[in-house]
Amino acid sequence: MTRLSLAQVLDWSWMSSNLDTIWEQFQEHVILTILPVTFGFLIAFPLALVAVRWPRLYSPLLGMTGVLFSIPTLALFVVMIPFTGLSRATAIIPLTLYTLLILIRNTVEGLASVPRDVSESAEAMGYRRTRRLFKIELPLAMPVIVAGLRIATVNTIAYVAITSLIGQGGLGQLMLDGFQRQFPTPLIVGLTLAVAFAVAADLGLLSIERALTPWKRARS
Amino acid sequence: MITFDSVTKQFPDGTIAANDLTFEVPSGEMTVFVGPSGCGKSTTLRMTNRMIEPTSGQISVNDRDIKSVPAPELRLDIGYVIQQVGLFPHLTIADNIATVPSLIGWDKQRTRDRVEELIETVGLSQNVADRYPGQLSGGQQQRVGVARALAADPSVMLMDEPFGAVDPIVRSLLQDEFLRLQRELHKTILFVTHDIDEAIKMGDRIAIFSEGGVLEQYATPTQLLASPANDFVVDFLGPERNLKRLALIPTSQVEAQPGPCVSANDTPAHASEEARKSGTNWVFVLDDERRVKGWLPTEEIEGHQKVSDVPSRPFREFVASSDSLRVALDAMVESPNGAVVRVDEEGRYEGTITRETFPQGLE
Repeated sequence: MTRLSLAQVLDWSWMSSNLDTIWEQFQEHVILTILPVTFGFLIAFPLALVAVRWPRLYSPLLGMTGVLFSIPTLALFVVMIPFTGLSRATAIIPLTLYTLLILIRNTVEGLASVPRDVSESAEAMGYRRTRRLFKIELPLAMPVIVAGLRIATVNTIAYVAITSLIGQGGLGQLMLDGFQRQFPTPLIVGLTLAVAFAVAADLGLLSIERALTPWKRARS
Repeated sequence: MITFDSVTKQFPDGTIAANDLTFEVPSGEMTVFVGPSGCGKSTTLRMTNRMIEPTSGQISVNDRDIKSVPAPELRLDIGYVIQQVGLFPHLTIADNIATVPSLIGWDKQRTRDRVEELIETVGLSQNVADRYPGQLSGGQQQRVGVARALAADPSVMLMDEPFGAVDPIVRSLLQDEFLRLQRELHKTILFVTHDIDEAIKMGDRIAIFSEGGVLEQYATPTQLLASPANDFVVDFLGPERNLKRLALIPTSQVEAQPGPCVSANDTPAHASEEARKSGTNWVFVLDDERRVKGWLPTEEIEGHQKVSDVPSRPFREFVASSDSLRVALDAMVESPNGAVVRVDEEGRYEGTITRETFPQGLE
């Protein structure tokens, strides 16, 4: 059997005639990633602050989001259908819920990683609680929080593809199409773009973090 | 002035960290809390800026009950320096020093001028201003910690083992510099250490605590070493208590004997007379400017015309009036005739200090 090169497997004419679809689905994939991660962060951040302020709430909070995280993705999407139909919300709500565990945990751990002597001396110098949080503790916790955002984003990019089974899915649509028709080109295109997006998003967040933490790299 | 009035702190687990403390820290003085670990000295310090609230009793800073002001406001007027320094790693040195001024709301120019001044005051170079704490050595970080605490010119400073994390050479340097600074600034300072020698060196007054937050003695270093209140204090002061006392007394405190000294042209008879008056069998030989050229046993001069006919023996054991009796004692050990010469700033003979001179200083 002769080995087929990638160029031979790919149907270039399909690609050129479907550029519009590919671009649309890519955009859709980006939206289906950004919205859940954004919503997830908006929910997780205040919950994490609550958990830091009242540490007793941290375990139950982790437990609840942990249970959410452990529900098989497909099952959660299907459960949503009776409420939200096959709309974008059916994809976005579960995707949002999946980010919570990681985002809450990393925000809390990030704040916990602030050296005790640093937050204590801030307190002893006369910082009030809120100002101390925003000026001292959050900037120092940021690398850990951004690490959480990176994991959540990459996870979400992968999960988005699954939502193709409920009529959403962005690049997942291409993959599903290729799979169903036993036609590798759209599958490979979807997969490649999804991976490229994940890598780009990860590096993008990493460089944002580095830009915001010059003090971590400064050496004499 | 800081006053503690029947202050007790008992933690929920029953540990007592402060046991009915009543004492006063006079304005402009440095009081050192010293004691073994678990004696509550840090807890007591931290009650002063309400990082820890006492179980009972009252603490006043400058005649104001510290509970009458919100804690953050109280702390703005209390400088705070700790062993781990606690600089903000994400802020530049300039921004770290500017912490309290920016909390109080100073304008930019005033803050910038103050930061520049303080960098100078604590002996750093201006180019550290834009660096981050991670780029500085431990000793430099500790200087920044002191500058940050001084930024808004607080009347009171709390220092918790501030020089504990640096090596002994840097520590001694930082101690000396801080003492020099304090002589200009006259802050009311509470200083915690577990090192009795640091306490003796730094403190205008020393409070010795024992386990369970009991104040065993509160006195000046000299009083403490001269008359320790009880066995605990004696033990804690450790061996060489008299040497530690001598270290606190400058040689200017004792009356150096005026002789025996002769000049090159004096006769052997005069030398013998000088030695007899001082109860020695030797004399110092001085030059025209009254600098010590050397010393000579009187028997070596006998039979000659003049003192200068005999080459004098070398002598090098000199102390200044600001040196301590301990330095004088150390020099005495090396001295060929058991005596030390106190000289003035120009190195001229002022007087002789011998073993017999010491008891005056210890009285």
